[in-house]
Amino acid sequence: MWVRSSMTYRASFVVTVLGNLTVTGLDFVGILLMFSQVDSLGGWSLPEVAFLYGLSVTSFGIADLAFGSMDVLGARMRDGSFDTLLVRPAPVLAQVGADRFALRRLGRITQGAVVLGWALVSVDVDWSAAKVLLVPVMVVSGAAIFSAVFVAGAAFQIYAQDAAEVQNAFTYGGTTLLQYPPTVFGKDLVRGATFMVPLAFVNWVPAAHVLGRPYPIGLPGWAAFASPLVAVVCCVLAGLAWRTGLRSYRSTGS
Amino acid sequence: MGSWRLYAAVAAGGFRRYATYRAATVAGVFTNTVFGVILVYTYLALWDQKPHLGGYDQAQAVTYVWLGQCLYATLAIQGGGAEKDLMERIRTGEIAVDLYRPADLQLWWLAGDVGRALFQMLGRGVIPFVFGAVFFPMALPTDVAPWAAFTVTLLLAAVVSFAIRYLAALSVFWLMDGMGVNQALMVTGIFFSGMVLPLNAFPGTLGEVVRVLPWAAQIQMPADVLMGETDPLGAFAFQAAWAVALLAAGRLMQSAATRRVVVQGG
Repeated sequence: MWVRSSMTYRASFVVTVLGNLTVTGLDFVGILLMFSQVDSLGGWSLPEVAFLYGLSVTSFGIADLAFGSMDVLGARMRDGSFDTLLVRPAPVLAQVGADRFALRRLGRITQGAVVLGWALVSVDVDWSAAKVLLVPVMVVSGAAIFSAVFVAGAAFQIYAQDAAEVQNAFTYGGTTLLQYPPTVFGKDLVRGATFMVPLAFVNWVPAAHVLGRPYPIGLPGWAAFASPLVAVVCCVLAGLAWRTGLRSYRSTGS
Repeated sequence: MGSWRLYAAVAAGGFRRYATYRAATVAGVFTNTVFGVILVYTYLALWDQKPHLGGYDQAQAVTYVWLGQCLYATLAIQGGGAEKDLMERIRTGEIAVDLYRPADLQLWWLAGDVGRALFQMLGRGVIPFVFGAVFFPMALPTDVAPWAAFTVTLLLAAVVSFAIRYLAALSVFWLMDGMGVNQALMVTGIFFSGMVLPLNAFPGTLGEVVRVLPWAAQIQMPADVLMGETDPLGAFAFQAAWAVALLAAGRLMQSAATRRVVVQGG
């Protein structure tokens, strides 16, 4: 339904898709602009940063396609239309995901994949079977970790009905953070992105293994392969948070 | 005289309306602070590699970041101010009611948007900026004069920002739906206002072009005036010229729209 409705105004839809491609592409243009002035950022070269960028944006794009509509949740609760979702015979989470499902979000995945593809052929890496296998594992685990962040954010919105933007700090903020090498950031920030919200496992840690760089904050060697496990734990925790949130939901009752 | 009171009341209404969303404001402060921290680190890495990029030292680059976070919502850099409501009213046809009001359409929306901007600045912009000043080295003037000049550039920046978004909103009279235009506003706003990188750090011809576009009036000019990097009078003239040109274009488009476009709705 949401797909069809966005096709109704066709000229506007075309502009929207183009716009979406450009919006997400601009992050990378920003990075290119930076590299037009310098040869390395935090000691990482352009192909290496592009590798981080491609991984982060592709994973985030997949999560965003599935759960990016979570930020309308607050508005739905305020106007009472969230109650409608509760009485329908379908999982609430699936309904919220499909709410205002936007095909234009394919733009982000496409753009991330293109940059990732370019990075893969440009980085100076001694490819082994393990490293090759690690790339799709990173994308899938990363998408799962970001999805968990979206769902946890949605659960939080049930408590704070008007605070969709806090979620943006972790979702959009998270993907922005991961587009740059960990060496750029302060130790505490990297620690927070590893142990509190384990975004580092989307790309920083496994990518450090692929590129043969020291792991952020001295993690052990096996950490590069821990992403799927981290993703599963995150999804379980986010699922629990969502269920707890739903149970405690009280309608605005207007 | 009476009309001034009317627009002041509309502005106050815009201020109050945004002041009601307290949780949203707190959330916005948090988000802007997080983004500020991320950006500051990347800028520091960049300026570490190339000191004096764009004529800024590290402290000035840091100041630029936090100013950007302060003005992000204030100037609706990626859209989401008055133009959002205006587009919705055009799409639904409610605009017809506004056209019958004994007030000037453009001034009416400008007043509401200035009220909104003022609230966003006080409620949402100041805290990330202060956070930045406390935890990172910034280049802030100690005299009153640069701050006074800065205030003037902010007001002019708000008008230029509105004028751009007003034009975008009016396009809905022809396009019928604002989604695509909103995207375009977002792209141009973020890129050409210098949210990605200060405009004076843009290389070559691209840099020369972006520095004369109207978006340069929004973050670059206030930042340069505050940090004493440019002559305030020149900055005022640049901003005012764009404000007048864009508002005039808005008037033309508005009269074209009201003359020949059929308003939607039954």
